[in-house]
Amino acid sequence: MNALVNWLDSRTGIRSLIHEALYERIPGGSRWRYVWGSTLVFAFFTQVITGIVLWMYYSPSTQTAWESVYYIQHETAGGWLLRGVHHFMAQAMVVLLALHLMQVVIDGAYRAPREVNFWLGLILMQIVLGLSLTGYLLPWDQKGYWATRVATNLLSVVPGVGPSLQSLVVGGAEYGHHTLTRFFALHAGVLPGALIFFLVLHVALFRRHGICYRLPPKFADTSFWPDQVLKDAVACLAVLIVVLVMCLRPAEWFSSGGMPPLGPELGAELSAPADPANQYSAARPEWYFLFLFQFLKFFEGGGEYGELMGAVVVPSLVMLLLFLMPILGRWNLGHRFNIGMLMILLGGVLYLTVDAYYEDHQAAWASAEDYEEIKPLVEELGSDEEKIQAHFDGDAGKIEQYRRQREAYQRYRKSQEYLRSVEKAEQEAQRAIDLASAPAGIPTSGAITLLRNDPKTQGPKLFGTHCASCHSYEEVALDAESLPPAVEDATAPNLHGFASRAWLSGLLSEHFTGPLYFGNTAHAEGEMAGFVVDTLSEWKPADVEKVVMALSAEAQLPTQQQADADDAEQIEAGRALIANEENCAMCHKFGDAGDYNLGVAPDLTGYGSRAWLIGMISNPNHQRFYPDTNDRMPAFGERLSPHAIEMIADWLRGEWYEPSGAERADTDTFEADDEASPAEADAAEDSPAAGDADSEPADSEPADSEPADSEPADSEPTGADAEDSESEDSDASS
Amino acid sequence: MSYESQTPDQTSDRRGFFAAASAIVIGGFLAIVPTAAALAVFLNPLRKRAGEAKFVRVTTLDALPTDGTPREFPVIANRVDAWNRSREPVGAVYLRLPQGADKPDCLSATCPHAGCFVAFDGPSDEFKCPCHNSAFAVDGAIIPPSPSPRPMDSLACKVEGNDVLVKFEDFYTGRSDKVVKQ
Ligand code: FES
Repeated sequence: MNALVNWLDSRTGIRSLIHEALYERIPGGSRWRYVWGSTLVFAFFTQVITGIVLWMYYSPSTQTAWESVYYIQHETAGGWLLRGVHHFMAQAMVVLLALHLMQVVIDGAYRAPREVNFWLGLILMQIVLGLSLTGYLLPWDQKGYWATRVATNLLSVVPGVGPSLQSLVVGGAEYGHHTLTRFFALHAGVLPGALIFFLVLHVALFRRHGICYRLPPKFADTSFWPDQVLKDAVACLAVLIVVLVMCLRPAEWFSSGGMPPLGPELGAELSAPADPANQYSAARPEWYFLFLFQFLKFFEGGGEYGELMGAVVVPSLVMLLLFLMPILGRWNLGHRFNIGMLMILLGGVLYLTVDAYYEDHQAAWASAEDYEEIKPLVEELGSDEEKIQAHFDGDAGKIEQYRRQREAYQRYRKSQEYLRSVEKAEQEAQRAIDLASAPAGIPTSGAITLLRNDPKTQGPKLFGTHCASCHSYEEVALDAESLPPAVEDATAPNLHGFASRAWLSGLLSEHFTGPLYFGNTAHAEGEMAGFVVDTLSEWKPADVEKVVMALSAEAQLPTQQQADADDAEQIEAGRALIANEENCAMCHKFGDAGDYNLGVAPDLTGYGSRAWLIGMISNPNHQRFYPDTNDRMPAFGERLSPHAIEMIADWLRGEWYEPSGAERADTDTFEADDEASPAEADAAEDSPAAGDADSEPADSEPADSEPADSEPADSEPTGADAEDSESEDSDASS
Repeated sequence: MSYESQTPDQTSDRRGFFAAASAIVIGGFLAIVPTAAALAVFLNPLRKRAGEAKFVRVTTLDALPTDGTPREFPVIANRVDAWNRSREPVGAVYLRLPQGADKPDCLSATCPHAGCFVAFDGPSDEFKCPCHNSAFAVDGAIIPPSPSPRPMDSLACKVEGNDVLVKFEDFYTGRSDKVVKQ
């Protein structure tokens, strides 16, 4: 062994090298305040190691970036931990950088002869921030996408070269494949390469100058090994422990009732796949850039110069000041000035960060009651000066007070909006992950098509834009004492649970003429209303129930599969009742019965089934539905793409993929206030509908999830949308 | 023996200069060729100009509320992303039919401040950007004080039959004039 080392030493001088590295003299002994540099080196090596393996799995393109990150997180053993460590260590690095900078400035370690090394440190800091910025985009999720859009758009305000700079960074005018490839090349190649280069210089110069110690040293000198190394190791251990704890996401334990089991639920977050057409109001940069984000708000009314100041000039000036520190620090007063300035800067950063966080989250701590009083007043007066003056009789004091209260209320509402968007974003992320983990997997067109073809995601949005102006969608018990205002005011039936037994029981009761069903339509006066009120009320309840069961069975609702199978006998009896020409078939067609009734009243054959519903939405004026008695319902086949109509129909029927074990169905309620911001993403029709019943192989289906829907495609009764789909822009849904 | 002890004569001086010059020329050439090739490709995005945007159908006229409320619609258009050509949602617009008008106004949903997705807030009847608090009136005008340097970007819009067509374009953000992104 010794001989081998001797041999090596004679060729390389390794002994003296190691000796030099380990036995560097530390005047005044080892100290805790010297550990920051080492923790940063440790953090960087952690990033290199975790990053290289992430690299082995990652694929930078718009159809594969999210997908490959999803795969790392959910399909590889321990991928969540790997991503988590990489993600949180990046954050730790930024904190450590700030601490290191503070320590260097406070100790005056930037003064001669260490100026150049201080500058190298500042360059390293820029590189680390660049790594964070580029890394944030790589998963190509909504969060990274929208944050990066803002960051790169700010580049374009640089005078003269801005637009070109932006185009070079983004890889063109639009965000796409080349944004990812460029960011990835920067993140995994250029920036780490530069970092290593400057780090080597930084450490070499540090060794050349030795540690910057306090004069006169209080304690006896020691050497780097083992005293300082031990302190460094303990500090690195502390950093690692913090990072590991962060991977367990302790902040969420309170809201989610404890820590989830070790697995993909933990580690770094992955939001839904990036979608430029899908509103994402939860867009925020990573927390350590929040101060810059918040800073931009201060330039209200500043126009383009304001933005230039906030995004370019002030940050550059601050950087310049930092670079000038060693020169200013030559004078004793200058050193004090530097320390003061750094504290003010860090204090400002801290303040802006907390302020940004508070602005977004204040609604979580405030209660709606605090604003109950001012709310109606703000809604009435708003910022209309005339109205305000009139209301307060020109009382300046009261007006001032109103203004303050109004602002507070508006801030509260904004925060509420933000928190709601965050929740929505989380739901969408979860849905994307559920669909990606479905047996059908992710199509080659990418995970975005999973969401675009998912009735559970698209249904509520489309309903909000196109249906909710007339129909309500509220879960209401039939015996409820009062109805929600949304139902009371709706001019068309409430469609929650459409064609289910519960819904039909209500329809065939006195509710028929109430606002839950046709009360606010012309049908309240129609023949069916008379039949329900006069005739049906005389029936034996058991018979009505059979009719309800039979009619509901026509819909083949996925939520009722089991019940339909269990009650086959009753359903048969109900079918007979319906087909009896003295009952329903007197006016309705039902299978072969009442053929001649087509056009008189809606066809009950396959009532509420997928094809029936698609037909009804596409063209309610069709022979099969209400050719003469349609009350105001538009033919959506002329407005919407067939795909969009399918999404609405499937959503109303509760027909979507649900992971096995998950509770099925009606949890997804349509929120009326979504109407203001409906994001309606309509997919190209040829993309495979992976979350869709029709495209999934029947045998890979979890038993409780989807019915094998065997509606013949050509049973669709309208011709309007088929025609429409030939036309050039048909899939531009309205 | 040391090199310094030799007194350089005229010939070796000239030879030295020649060697140095050649080394610099060859070395420079060695560096320039790969760098130039790399730079040319790196700068490619600057050469590519996006073609002029075309009108695309966004919705039908009767899908717009008649009370003058803006409504959001996705824009589905042909898109070239490097090697992919596809037809997909490329962004979103707000269409608004002013009361009594027969043609809607169209506003891009992209915030002119820094590009976030502007939301329409029903209760206050204003557009609000969720990022740095810019606010705009229903017609897109800035409501001061907002950090945005210009009103929301209006887009060319026309009606053909019952169809509403929009010329969807992206503009540079953060400046007071409206310049199409290249
Ligand atoms: S991006 Fe809209 S206010 Fe900044």
